[in-house]
Amino acid sequence: MIDILIKNLPILVVLCPLITSLFVVLIPNIFFSWVLTTLSTFLTFLFSILLYQEIQIKSHISYALGKWMPPIGIEYIIDRVAIIPIIIISGISFFATIFAYKIMPEEIEKKSISKVYSLWLLAIAGLLGLVTTGDTFNLFVFLEISSLASVALVAMGAQKDKQALVAAYNYLIIGAVGATLYVIGVGLLYGITGTLNMEDLTNRISDLNNNKALIAGFGFMIIGIMVKAAVFPLHIWLPRAYAYAPSAVSVLLAATATKASLYILARILFSVFENSEDLINNTLLYVILPLSIIAMFAGTIMAIYEKDIKRLLAHSSVAQIGYITLAFAIGTKASIAAGFIHMFNHAIIKGGLFIAITSLGFFIQKRVTINNLSGLGRAMPITFFCFVLCSLSLAGLPLTAGFISKLYLIKATISSDAIWIAILILISSALSVVYLWKMIEVMWIREGKKILIKEKPTIYISLIIITFFNIYFGLDASLVVNGSFEAAEKLIGDLK
Amino acid sequence: MITIENFILITILSPLIVCVLTPFISNGIILRDFLGPIGGIISSWGAFNIMSSALNNQNINLEIVNIAEGISIGFEITPLGAIFGLVASFLWIFAAIYSVGYMKGNKEKNQTRFYAFYAIAVHAALCIAYAGDLLTLFIFYEVLTFSTYPLVTHKQNEMAQKAGRLYMSILVGSSVILLLPAIVWVWVATGSLEMSQNGVLDGKIDVAYAPLLLAMFVFGIGKAALMPIHKWLPAAMVAPTPVSALLHAVAVVKAGVFTMLIILTNVFGIDFLAKTGASEWLIWLASFTLLATSIIAIFKDDLKARLAYSTISQLSYITLGGALATSMATQGAALHIITHAAGKITLFFVAGALYVGAKITKISDLNGYGKSASLIFLAFFIGSLSIIGVPPMAGSWSKFFLMLGAADSGYEVVIGIFCVSTILNAFYLMEIPARAFFFKKEREVSVKIPKLILIPTLITSFLTILLFFCIEPFQNLTSMMVGKI
Repeated sequence: MIDILIKNLPILVVLCPLITSLFVVLIPNIFFSWVLTTLSTFLTFLFSILLYQEIQIKSHISYALGKWMPPIGIEYIIDRVAIIPIIIISGISFFATIFAYKIMPEEIEKKSISKVYSLWLLAIAGLLGLVTTGDTFNLFVFLEISSLASVALVAMGAQKDKQALVAAYNYLIIGAVGATLYVIGVGLLYGITGTLNMEDLTNRISDLNNNKALIAGFGFMIIGIMVKAAVFPLHIWLPRAYAYAPSAVSVLLAATATKASLYILARILFSVFENSEDLINNTLLYVILPLSIIAMFAGTIMAIYEKDIKRLLAHSSVAQIGYITLAFAIGTKASIAAGFIHMFNHAIIKGGLFIAITSLGFFIQKRVTINNLSGLGRAMPITFFCFVLCSLSLAGLPLTAGFISKLYLIKATISSDAIWIAILILISSALSVVYLWKMIEVMWIREGKKILIKEKPTIYISLIIITFFNIYFGLDASLVVNGSFEAAEKLIGDLK
Repeated sequence: MITIENFILITILSPLIVCVLTPFISNGIILRDFLGPIGGIISSWGAFNIMSSALNNQNINLEIVNIAEGISIGFEITPLGAIFGLVASFLWIFAAIYSVGYMKGNKEKNQTRFYAFYAIAVHAALCIAYAGDLLTLFIFYEVLTFSTYPLVTHKQNEMAQKAGRLYMSILVGSSVILLLPAIVWVWVATGSLEMSQNGVLDGKIDVAYAPLLLAMFVFGIGKAALMPIHKWLPAAMVAPTPVSALLHAVAVVKAGVFTMLIILTNVFGIDFLAKTGASEWLIWLASFTLLATSIIAIFKDDLKARLAYSTISQLSYITLGGALATSMATQGAALHIITHAAGKITLFFVAGALYVGAKITKISDLNGYGKSASLIFLAFFIGSLSIIGVPPMAGSWSKFFLMLGAADSGYEVVIGIFCVSTILNAFYLMEIPARAFFFKKEREVSVKIPKLILIPTLITSFLTILLFFCIEPFQNLTSMMVGKI
């Protein structure tokens, strides 16, 4: 029994949320639909932890879907690289679901809640499918599943603010364009190689150097994924989508959605196309590197001038994605590891910040803008305290998880003799202190209206847990660091 | 028998425990108020023992947390660290007593929060003193910055907000943009974050890059307040005076110059600096800061602002001593950490006493107050003499060594700079007792200075005299630091 479970773990991680999403929609009761969703995300999280342990022993799991052997059948691949986004996505979705219990009924009318949970699980299933699959076309399918579910989730925000519809529409169109570009790329590659399986593709393109169709196919694929990963300047769908989605959805999307696509980006760059070195090196140096540096600054500066807090955090996400892609662009083992470290840390940081801001919004019953924050630091000490800690973590201050990512990123850049990039990274992270401090200062110093607010444990419990992780992984980072270095070794080790 | 490892823990943890306990006993006001002094006594008891073990040349390493491979938070006893740790913990006792008097006398709000953050700041300073590697040093350097922010903005008004912004942007900005990459650079170059008594960089880094790396350190350590990154210190004077006294005359700024000295001696190594001349530019920058801020101080009428500029000038003595890269000058610089601390904390105590007792902040309003508050002005007089460097006050020792070091190094001009600055010191500090004792009073105001303020002030001023006669153990430590014993 256990054997069968362990053997089928790769597919269970995806199937568990996928199947429950079909049943949740049938439950009209708010509470029970939430319980089922929580149970499902919890099981998924459990499966991914089991998978993690499995990976420690086997280091590479290949799973043939429906016993159709690859390269003909669809193959699921889980290795030391894929396990990182799997843990991030399943873990964050579990905490976000717990958090959603109180928040969801505030923003969405009762009769549609079970539908929202169904979409919620569908989006999670899509994201998990993205990172487990080893088949380029199957990846497209999951890309669409997660995108369409997310679009619908964002649109649910319309019950509170009609802007959500515009945001969802933008997200839909831009996302669809991205997915189309990706599938065109897959088509071109299929045309010249005759395979959809990633590992098979890697082998077959090795003797196709400088084939024009190969380069075109690669370009389409990369750009399609970059849209989904919100790499500057293809990020324009992101700030609106995060800002106007229902709060719980913002938490889920901000912490997980782009991470899956960033992982795919790394996989395509360093694994699928590992045999076309010139192509990859040129892409890294002339496309990803400059874009990442611009993203770091553009995102940060936009955040400094933004008044709406959810949008501010979304802009900050664009900058943070810039750090991750920058780490990939440098392309050494240490820097790719730094990218994965930051991918993990950013998920817990942004998750924490969005939860904190949502809790503030829940109590003031208004859109959270900078002016509405006045004096909230004194009214809600627990939330404020967690918010400050997560902010410090985002800014990369010592004893927090964010510091670990900065430290390894800086070390990787200096090791590859690019001290100017290190300085740029640090200037941008010092600038990020400006917008974080702006919020903290308003909450701390400015007098607000005297409001009596009672913080509720049901809301701040997930905030406290996620803040705790921010501190814990700043003090004991060996798990994340070792995992990321193993992942980088797997990716780069394939290369050379 | 308590081991030295445990003494390290006792010293650094007692302020942390004070911080944790403070909010819980905020109802029992008397108990809460005495936590600080008690913590200070326990902490400095540990620091004394650490110092005696440092004198016996025991090598102690203590790892607390292993963050990841090659990164850990750990502590180690160095002679310089033993000195700084003792200064910070011992003066905390008096500053804690003084703050009780000040906060009560001034009827400040949010006292519990104040005491809690005050204790964390001391904790961070002590962790810096005993830091075993560069990363631990950096981590607590940042903790110190952030824990002092609520203290600087204690009043929570517009002015405090402005000052807090300047304070944070300079200190955080400089340390994140320059200090952190400099540390990582050393890490990449030498393969570890360790420091050693003779420096670690010799042969590991291209000599042409040494001045650049040094510049990244020097401007990254904003707390040492070298020009042009000194503006945060006058801005921080908006804080209640106990903060200015202990933190912005002792703990924070001394953490800055301590870090500077550690970098100069234990990362670069004075031999490496002397050989390559990498620190030559720093000599001129420090000299310039030293003179320029002394001149600015003359024109400041606000007592605390004048003391702040005087502090910047005195910090430059220490940086200059390190930059001269001779063993005498480095010893002088290390001794100046203690002697200046005792003197300057006294002067700030007096400034706070005058504010509590008579609401005076301006020097021009001091005329004729000498009679009604003679003891407090006597303390100021003694403290000033120490800072000017007149025997038998402690300050004379450090100036003596610094001048010897300048002569050794072959930069005779620096001796002249020290002399000019001494004259300027005398000029701007002596004005205060002179006005108090010899000028005529313009209006009658009674001065009531609480005992809890008066007593610590007198004790610290007495310390400056005591230190003159008891400098020997400290001097032994500093000669160990430069490898003479």
